[in-house]
Parts: sequence; structure tokens; C-alpha cells
Amino acid sequence: MSFSSSPANSTNANLIQPTASSAVSLSHVSKIFGRFAALRDLSTEFAAGKLYAILGDNGAGKTTLLRAMVGLAPPTRGSITVLGTPDLRAATAEIGYIAHPSLLYEDMSGMENLRYFAALYGIRDDRPCQHAIHAVGLDPALTRRVGQYSQGMRQRLSLARALVHDPKILFLDEPFSNVDVVSAREMVHVLAHMRDLGKTVFIVTHQAALLQGVADEFVCMAAGQISARTRDLPVAQERGAPPASTRV
Amino acid sequence: MSLAEITRVSLAKDLRLEWRSKDAINSMLFFALLVVVIFSFSFDPTAEESRHIAGGLIWVAFLFAAVVALNQTWARELRNQVLDAYRVSPAPANALFISKAVGNFIFVAVLETLMAPLFMVFYNLRSIGPAYELVVVAILATWALVANGTFFAAMSIRTRSREVMLPLILFPISIPALLAMVSATTAILTGEGSARFWVVLLAVYDVVFTTVCLLLFETVLHAE
Amino acid sequence: MRRLFVILALLTFGLLTFALYEGVVAAPTEQTMGEVQRIFYYHVPSAVTAFTLFLINFVVSIIYLARRSPRADALAVSTAEVGVVFCTVVLVTGPLWARPVWGIWWTWDARLTSTLLLWLIYVSYLILRRYSTSGQTPVIAAVLAVFGFLDVPFVYLANRLFRTQHPQPVYFGGPGSGADPRMTFALLMNMAAFFAFAALVCGCAFAWSAPGRTLKKLRPWKLCCCRM
Repeated sequence: MSFSSSPANSTNANLIQPTASSAVSLSHVSKIFGRFAALRDLSTEFAAGKLYAILGDNGAGKTTLLRAMVGLAPPTRGSITVLGTPDLRAATAEIGYIAHPSLLYEDMSGMENLRYFAALYGIRDDRPCQHAIHAVGLDPALTRRVGQYSQGMRQRLSLARALVHDPKILFLDEPFSNVDVVSAREMVHVLAHMRDLGKTVFIVTHQAALLQGVADEFVCMAAGQISARTRDLPVAQERGAPPASTRV
Repeated sequence: MSLAEITRVSLAKDLRLEWRSKDAINSMLFFALLVVVIFSFSFDPTAEESRHIAGGLIWVAFLFAAVVALNQTWARELRNQVLDAYRVSPAPANALFISKAVGNFIFVAVLETLMAPLFMVFYNLRSIGPAYELVVVAILATWALVANGTFFAAMSIRTRSREVMLPLILFPISIPALLAMVSATTAILTGEGSARFWVVLLAVYDVVFTTVCLLLFETVLHAE
Repeated sequence: MRRLFVILALLTFGLLTFALYEGVVAAPTEQTMGEVQRIFYYHVPSAVTAFTLFLINFVVSIIYLARRSPRADALAVSTAEVGVVFCTVVLVTGPLWARPVWGIWWTWDARLTSTLLLWLIYVSYLILRRYSTSGQTPVIAAVLAVFGFLDVPFVYLANRLFRTQHPQPVYFGGPGSGADPRMTFALLMNMAAFFAFAALVCGCAFAWSAPGRTLKKLRPWKLCCCRM
């Protein structure tokens, strides 16, 4: 695997140049589907080593933003720089991603899934898989197929899949949805630990309360733009984030 | 990891998944059997005539069955959007294409091995030309169907009525290959005419289109 | 830009009218086939226009894949659509001509089969565009266009081979042999008229796709009214 860093794709003076310690920076990013603009001229920077909670109503553009940063939905306009390179394909080895669907094969066991995805990142060894599956609190000896897992177990395995190659940045899209309270709290614990290890973590969620005291910053989105960035959850809620939900 | 290793890992995964669920093989086998039976009712040839039309019937049946397999093997990647996990990884796109194409080739080859005797029985076929030539034709023809088929199935993922879209876009482009495989098979079965040019045409078709598939698959995989 | 459109539209209209006159009235009646032969003045130019448009589509699709320019995509769609229209004309006029003259509606010779295949391939291209839910429909369509056009030589080869192995009904090579110069003139006029028409429609699509505009379905009457 070679990570060739291609030159920045524009020398436009309006381009926001990323600072050295930024994990992700966006410069005038717009994402347009047909006539609908999911992201509108978004320009911002996210520093490395922090845990960001991305909040907002449905349709605010949270998932689109995440997918754009991961490289699944290239922006219609503007550019995104991840870990210093605008070529998102080069940064893929350092990115871990959880989406709303589980991104797992139902007919394989947990470890089989992990071994396969680890192989995609060039990992031949079993140990990172064992390590990742322990980290999320699952039993590596479990031979049950993922199709028979509970939702909590499935989300944990998803997280293990995102962690197995020890990425520098984690992008999680609604990791706590339909998950029992215990699993959710444990996942938050794991994610905080990841942040403490120096990783950058982005979490899109409707359950902001789970991240209170853990998130370094709450990023509120509305109508395709970032409406507020604050360290304080109550302020974030005032500024339009959905109310803290006790339903998990 | 190199392209070859990731291809091997992906192929192993596909074979393992297919072994456990048997989605593609079961539906493909049953569908091919149905097509053979329906053809038997539609065309009721005497032993002499059967050699002339068997080539066409066999390949049409295999073509339809292959489409079933192609749809199923990609459907597996779309459940839970697992394909996105591949797309965000650094694994090369061509590894996925080759592993899927080879996997599909294996499934369709298994189908052909099982169905060919059945055809011989239903149509009282006995080949006049040597059987090994039929095998060569089968290999080239199956690859022609499966390589383009795998690629087009990946394209049709992003359409409405995905499973109908695949035959719609695959069949027109496969027609020259289809003509070649049917003509070659008929030439060998009946012993009339030479299959050589058809085999060469198939081989060139395979080379050209496999190259184009390998060049363009990354574009198609990463299109949203 | 609008003046150019008006000029081209008038030119097209003029050419089409003149070509119609030439083809149906002025050109001499063919000796053996009679009046039916006049379909030739529509059949051949349509075939040439269709094939040229599909060739342009192929080139433009490759340009699109390399540069991702929306104008290339607009041109790709329009050439495919107009090409399919002309190809349909070929496939309809062919049998209409063949039946009274040679007694058969259809034959699987290289040219006819290639035309039918081209039609199938580009119709499937249009269907793919219509049914695609992807945000990157143009990319996928461009890829299909590349495959489709690369297939054409194989179709031709396969069919020629087929033809040598299966003797076709014999018919003479068309009235090009020893043709009256007035017939050639009528043919060329029609070709010019069809090319002008194709250029008009595709040119509009291309112009409308200039940055800042969204390409909607072409509505010819609107083109005359709104500002360019």
C-alpha cells in the first residue's frame, strides 16, 4: 500500500489552508444532490486529538458531512483535507468509519468479519483483531454468526471493525441508535479512551446527553451549515440541537 | 497487502459466504433447470435436429442463470451496506472486481458442470466434435459473460429495479460473445464448420473487455 | 448565441425542406425499384448521422471520464438521444424498403445487425440514465457508453463471420453503383439536412449546459423565447 499525497487541488486564494495540527479541514464545501444542497459552503477546521459530537435535526447534513470527510461522497464544490492531504484515497488507512447500517457480513462470525476487514488494511496477524474485539467488550471465541447478534453486540463489532487497523481518525454515524443503555455507555467509554490515546473522534448522534462531559466540542448543524460550535451541551441545545433524548 | 493477496482473501470470503448461505447456487440451479424444461416443451427436436439448436439453448439457459448468480453475489455486498466498508479501506478496487468475477466464474462453472449432462439427457445429445474443444469454448464463454456481468452488476447497483437493469444493459453488449459461443458450440456438436474463428473472437473479446473492466472498475466502485 | 441558434434553425429548416423536395420530387425515379427507392434518401443519411452521433458520444464520454466536465455530459446525453432517434429511423425505413423490393422484411447481415445492436446498446444507455439513482449517473453512463461503442467492431466481425457461414439472400449493393448524379445530390442534401438538425439539437444542449445553468429537458419552443 502506498499513500501518495497528491498536491492540493487548487491554489485558489480563498482556500482555507489547514493548520499543522488539524485533523480535518473543509474549505467552501458544498454537496448538492440534484437541486437539494445537503451541505452549503461549509468551511471549518477540526483539530486533532479531540472528540467532536455532531448534532442537528434530521436533514441538517450530518451524515452527508461525515460521508464527505470519509471519501464516500466527494463534495460538489470545495475541498476537504484529511491529515494534511486533499487526496482522501491516500488517507484511507488512517480512517475508521461506522455507518448507520452495520457494514458487517451477517453469515460470518465476529472474528471472521474482523479478519477479513483487517486484511483489507494489510493486517495479516490475528492479534489486532483480538485486541479490537476485546476493547469493545466482545468475546473473540464467539462463533455465532453476526446475523444472530443483538443490536448492541452488532454496534460493538462495528466499532471493533473501525478500530482494528488503529486509525488516527474515527468517524461514527449514530453509533448508539437502538442500542441498550449499558452497551451505549461502554461504547462512550471506549471512544473517550480512543480520544485519550490521541485519536480524533467524530460522532454524529441524536443522543447528546450520552456525550456530556466526554465530548470536547459539540458541533451543531442546521440546513447544511454549522450553526454553532461549543464546549457546553446546554448552550448547544439552546442553539438548536435536538433535546437530549433518554431513549436509546 | 498486494492486489493478489487481497483478491485471494475476498474470494475466500465470497466462497465461504456462498457455502453457508447457498443463495446464488440454489437459485441459479433451479432457474437453469426450469429454463431447460421450458425449452424442452417449446422446442421438441428429433435427435438429428437437436444438435443444431442445442448450442443456442444451452447458452441462453446459462446466460439467464448467470444473471441470477451475478445479482445475488452483489446483493450480498449491499446488505448492511458492507460495500461501503470496502470503499473506505485502502484495498484496491480491482481486487474486488477480480475476486467477484472469479467467484462468479466458479459458480457458473459449477452450474455448467451439473447442467451439461442434463442437457445431454434431455436432448439425446452426442457430440461429433471432441469434447475438450467444448470445454475450451465453455471456459472462454463463461469468462466473457461473467467478467462483463460482474462489472455491469456493480453499475446496476445504483439504479432502481436493480435486478432488471442488469440484463437490460448486459445483454446488448454480450450479443457478439453470445453469437460466438453458440456458433462455436454448434460447430463442435454437429461437426460442421470450424469453431476456430469463433474461439479466437471469444478470446479477443475476453481480453479487450477484461482490460476495459479493470481500467474502469475503480471509477464505477467509487461513484456514489 | 441566440442569433446563432436562429440562423442554424433557419438553415436546418431550409435544408430539410430542400432535401425533402430533392428526395421525393426532383431526383429521378430508379429504374428497377421504382418510387420505393426514395426511402434510400432517408435510410442512408439517417444511418450515417446516427453512427456519427454515437461516435461523438463515445469520444465525449471518454472526455467526461477524464475531465468530469458537465458540458461533456450534456453533449453525451443529447448525442445519444438524437442518435437513437435516427437509428430508429434506419431500422424502420430499412424493412419498409426491403419488403417491396426484395420480398423480405429483415436479414441478419453485418450492417443491419450492427445497426440493431447499436440501437439496443444506446437504448440501454438511455434507460440506465433514466433509472439511475446515483449522484454520479453521468459517470456510470459514460462507462456504459465506452463499453457499448467498443462492442461495435465485435458485432460487425461476428456477423460477417456468421454471414460467410450462412449464405444470405443475394441482393445487389444498392443504387450507389452507377448512380445518376442527381440521386447522389439528393442523398448528400439529405445528409447535410440531418447533420444540421443533429447539430442544432445537440448544440442547444451543449449551450444550455454552460456553467451556471441546469440542463432540463429541451423544450424547443422555450428556446426561441428565452434569452441565451
